[in-house]
Amino acid sequence: MDNQMKQQYNDYVKQKQPQPALVKNLLWAFVVGGLICDVGQFVINASVSFGFNKEEASTIGVVVMIFLGAFLTGLGVYDQIGKRAGAGSIVPITGFANSIVSPAMEFKREGYVFGVAAKMFVLAGPVLVYGIATSVIIGIIYGIFS
Amino acid sequence: MDYVKAFVTGGAICVIGQILMDKTNLTPAHVLVFFVTAGAVLTAVGIYEPIVQFGGAGATIPLTGFGYSLAKGAIKEVQTAGLIGALTGGVKSTAGGIAAAVVFGYSMAVLFNPKSKK
Amino acid sequence: MANNKVGQQTLKLNSHPKIIATASIVGPKEGEGPLKEYFDMVLQDDYFGEKSWEKAESKILRETVKLAVQKAGLTPEDIHYMLGGDLLNQIISASFAARELKIPFFGLYGACSTMAESLTLGSILIDGQYADYVVAVTSSHFSSAERQFRFPLEHGNQRPPTSQWTVTGSGAMVVASGGEGPCVTYVTPGRVIDLGIKDANNMGAAMAPAAAHTIVAHFRDTGFLQRDYDVIATGDLGKIGKDITQEMVLKEGYDISLVYTDCGIEVFSDDQDVNSGGSGCGCSAVVTCGYFYDRLVKGEIKRMLLVATGALLSPTSSQQGESIPGIAHAVTIESMSKGR
Repeated sequence: MDNQMKQQYNDYVKQKQPQPALVKNLLWAFVVGGLICDVGQFVINASVSFGFNKEEASTIGVVVMIFLGAFLTGLGVYDQIGKRAGAGSIVPITGFANSIVSPAMEFKREGYVFGVAAKMFVLAGPVLVYGIATSVIIGIIYGIFS
Repeated sequence: MDYVKAFVTGGAICVIGQILMDKTNLTPAHVLVFFVTAGAVLTAVGIYEPIVQFGGAGATIPLTGFGYSLAKGAIKEVQTAGLIGALTGGVKSTAGGIAAAVVFGYSMAVLFNPKSKK
Repeated sequence: MANNKVGQQTLKLNSHPKIIATASIVGPKEGEGPLKEYFDMVLQDDYFGEKSWEKAESKILRETVKLAVQKAGLTPEDIHYMLGGDLLNQIISASFAARELKIPFFGLYGACSTMAESLTLGSILIDGQYADYVVAVTSSHFSSAERQFRFPLEHGNQRPPTSQWTVTGSGAMVVASGGEGPCVTYVTPGRVIDLGIKDANNMGAAMAPAAAHTIVAHFRDTGFLQRDYDVIATGDLGKIGKDITQEMVLKEGYDISLVYTDCGIEVFSDDQDVNSGGSGCGCSAVVTCGYFYDRLVKGEIKRMLLVATGALLSPTSSQQGESIPGIAHAVTIESMSKGR
């Protein structure tokens, strides 16, 4: 009875609530995501022309993009981009940097250990945990089966 | 041509993220975790490498690319150093990015203050 | 014997405690909204000269109390009790303000329903002849609430269309046993109601059933109907929640469509990018203390029902998959002008 009422209410609310403007959001995500990757491509191409090999250039690309994401977050620009672009600026590595700087900056008042350093990875920590753990499992499976 | 490919590939990956966020209740943190894991798994089964070959930065700059580097590094290290490489390979190949995130993240946080939203 | 109880859950305040003064201080964004001229003070900067947003919020609350007391022609020593709360953990805005003000203090937590909760209890203290002057106060701050309940401000996330914008501001009322001013005649404390909404970005829908329940209970207990009220105002349901409340009340046989509004819709205009509307303790507080109080004093509103609504969730309960319980308290405020 109680659960049925809750179910009914949830269905009712779902039909009442406005949906996100999907087409507009997807277009923004596509364009901004694409542009960010082009900036990365530019850095990589430039590094290659300076004589770095492909792997080094790729690392330089990642490092520069992390710097840009962190810097734009510090300037207070990145959240403005994110408001429109959504996943377009969350999914690229610049968004990873944004997820590190934004809590770290905001918790400065709570000190440099429990504030900045501890809060840096509240959003980004899970990415490292699952990313690294997955890579270890993949490595082990590969080692066993080859 | 590089740029067109990177634009399309990167844009498409972000579109998948946007669909996940708008159509499910996943938070940005969930989406990021999903992407890094998906990138690693797709690399292990051999699907992501061709995407990187095609899209360049369009495939390496999104977080799936971080998963790609982790998985690729682990596999490579296992080939040369044996099973212990599973533990060292992934982090080794992404060390630059991780250290950059820590250093830039910390220094930006110290230098700047958050601005109130209008 | 509970002689002053009316019906199931309503209290009748026979001595008509008077709201002799109010004050409201708001942040810059609220100060650009449609009600800007009704607020006593609009901050240029939401840090308010402090080092953190939490400190700023406490200062806003403290200054609002001081201003209200001053407008009543009193000093803080004249106030017998202060009742108040806010959204921050352990209600630090209110209790830290009480530390400075040196008024005996009841800390309340009713989430965004705190304005009506503190006004209810304060009026009861006056009506029971336990005090001559009390202050009811609450506050909220966009940046401190965002930090506690959602994402860091500089994080590049998107706000879904159902989300609401926490009002930066504080409202305080001085309630007295004598003097001049609009008076509190009935209070209907509400039940906690939860119809299973889990989406913390849709608070309006989570609180609407509680608002509807309290409004219906109030009508049933007092015999009042829509025609007895000039305004019925819920606290911070936003567009979606208001819509749902109106339909739910209608389903119970009461039409409120002619006089019903929501403080969360009043406080911002559509072009201020707030999606579904305003929210937070400060929302119903500043709209009532600023806008509605002014109209009550002028006699433009003869009788209104304030139904402040609260979502009783915490970040922990949300992460553990709990749904969001809602609460709503109703207070009848009547203008002093004769004829009713």
